[in-house]
Amino acid sequence: MIHYSRIRVALLLAPALIVIGGLFIGGLLLALVQSLGYFAAIGENAFTLKHYAALIFDKEFHRSLFLTFALSSIATAISAALGLIFAVSLRDVASRSRFASVLLQIPLAMPHLVIGVVLINLIASSGLVARLAFALGIINTPADFPALTADTYGFGIIAAYVIKETPFITLMTLAVLVRTRDEYELVARTLGANRWQRLRYVTLPLVAPAAVSSALLVFAFIFGAFEIPFLLGRTYPAMLSVVAQRRFLSTDLSERPDAIAVAVCLALISSLLVYLYMRLARVLIRHDNPTVFL
Amino acid sequence: MTTTTTNQRAQRTTTRRFDIANTGTIFTLAALACITVIPIVFLVVASFARHWYFPALAPREFSTRAWEYVASSSSGATTALWMSLAIAFIVTILSVLIALPAARALALCEFKGKRILVFLLMLPVIAPPLAATMGVHHLFLRLDLTDSLAGVVLVHLIPCVPYATLMLASSFANFDTDIEAQARTLGANAFDVWRYVTLPAAAPGLAVAAAFAFLISWSQYLTTLFIGGNQVVTLPLILIGFQRAGDEATTSALSLVFLLPTLLVFIVVARFIKRDASKSI
Repeated sequence: MIHYSRIRVALLLAPALIVIGGLFIGGLLLALVQSLGYFAAIGENAFTLKHYAALIFDKEFHRSLFLTFALSSIATAISAALGLIFAVSLRDVASRSRFASVLLQIPLAMPHLVIGVVLINLIASSGLVARLAFALGIINTPADFPALTADTYGFGIIAAYVIKETPFITLMTLAVLVRTRDEYELVARTLGANRWQRLRYVTLPLVAPAAVSSALLVFAFIFGAFEIPFLLGRTYPAMLSVVAQRRFLSTDLSERPDAIAVAVCLALISSLLVYLYMRLARVLIRHDNPTVFL
Repeated sequence: MTTTTTNQRAQRTTTRRFDIANTGTIFTLAALACITVIPIVFLVVASFARHWYFPALAPREFSTRAWEYVASSSSGATTALWMSLAIAFIVTILSVLIALPAARALALCEFKGKRILVFLLMLPVIAPPLAATMGVHHLFLRLDLTDSLAGVVLVHLIPCVPYATLMLASSFANFDTDIEAQARTLGANAFDVWRYVTLPAAAPGLAVAAAFAFLISWSQYLTTLFIGGNQVVTLPLILIGFQRAGDEATTSALSLVFLLPTLLVFIVVARFIKRDASKSI
């Protein structure tokens, strides 16, 4: 730690604070104000909670909130489980093979948009997987193929996120595994622990904090992200970000405060998740900052 | 002596475990490779395919129609490409300039409200800033910033500045400020210290932060749509437009145009990420 005067610290932080305070916090406050009855464009200029009250009775909002929670949870759980398995199976090659670490890093650079576009073409009812099923004589027409995009259970959304987030959780978990592996493993081995016992009582407790905290980040990200549910999801019920987008861009301007109310709810939930993550991660700035790869 | 024996022992166990876990390792590496290889191969084939419909597993005819269309001015793809590049470049430069001093303060100084600041930095990075964008929309409308490049750049700063700040702060965290003091003692002035000591030390972190600020701006969709209002058309916007219109070949070609810079930027900075991360191990 170095000791700068308060003024110097303030000056160093000033440009960033203008962006965060002015654009981000300012934007959030403006959103709040506009959703609380001050939206001049449609003649609203008195405090009201009606846009939030409306959400309480809004069936689309309920279904959308439930869907968002459910899909985020399922996609995160599958990604975390696969990420743990991947990390454990990669721990020996990761530190020694440049090839392995490149293979692990490149998926992180794949944009969600591209994954979404490709996945549609693979799993849609006339997609490549359906054509393979046809070639194998399993189905006769595209209609025989189960709906995997724009479907009731959000299969396409879950699949896209699992593909995108598993490498992220793998990388975060692997960083801890590589750092702490040998000593504890050797002790356990010396004490006569077999492979399963070493995995259960040594490796898992070691990687659990990294796995859980990166899973929380993934959950928070999926909860608010737009492109994947927009491309692969249904229009009703849609995930919250899609509902907010549709209402905001509606030609009926009176829907705009409702859209902003949905977005404010999303922001509140995200804040809570990020706060939880920080409580969990404890360390202010970690060298291997996980946010890098989302 | 002790180190050697520990190393040898570690080597032995590693080798043995590697043999046992071999199948799992190969499977995992193959799965990871698929995430990159399958989309790229598919997009290349689909962008050259002609009338590739159910139940054809492989295209029966190939054509360069989609690529010619993408290259022509009527598709708007080249304009969108330049627009995306221009916005991402401006956003990257601004983000790094704004983030650099803040990251230094964040990593090396103690001050009140630091945890709150970190929280506020993490928020737009992890959750797309939907509400903030909607909030500033009305203000930007009044300031004539909607439908303009300047407005889109400003709104891209909301996630990009925090991203760059957090990344730079994490690389500054290992920086030993004593080296700067030593340079001072040896007679270097403030600029020389910055030019010959601080900057070279921060360079890898800077490269990574710049790369990621670029990638975040490059892949923005909703913020561009809200503030740019279909007047500022970037690659993600026309990409989704063609996807919705059902033009598979053009969508595939555009996806490749969109994907290529991403992979290039990532490959260029990958070695810095590696070097950066290895310091913590």
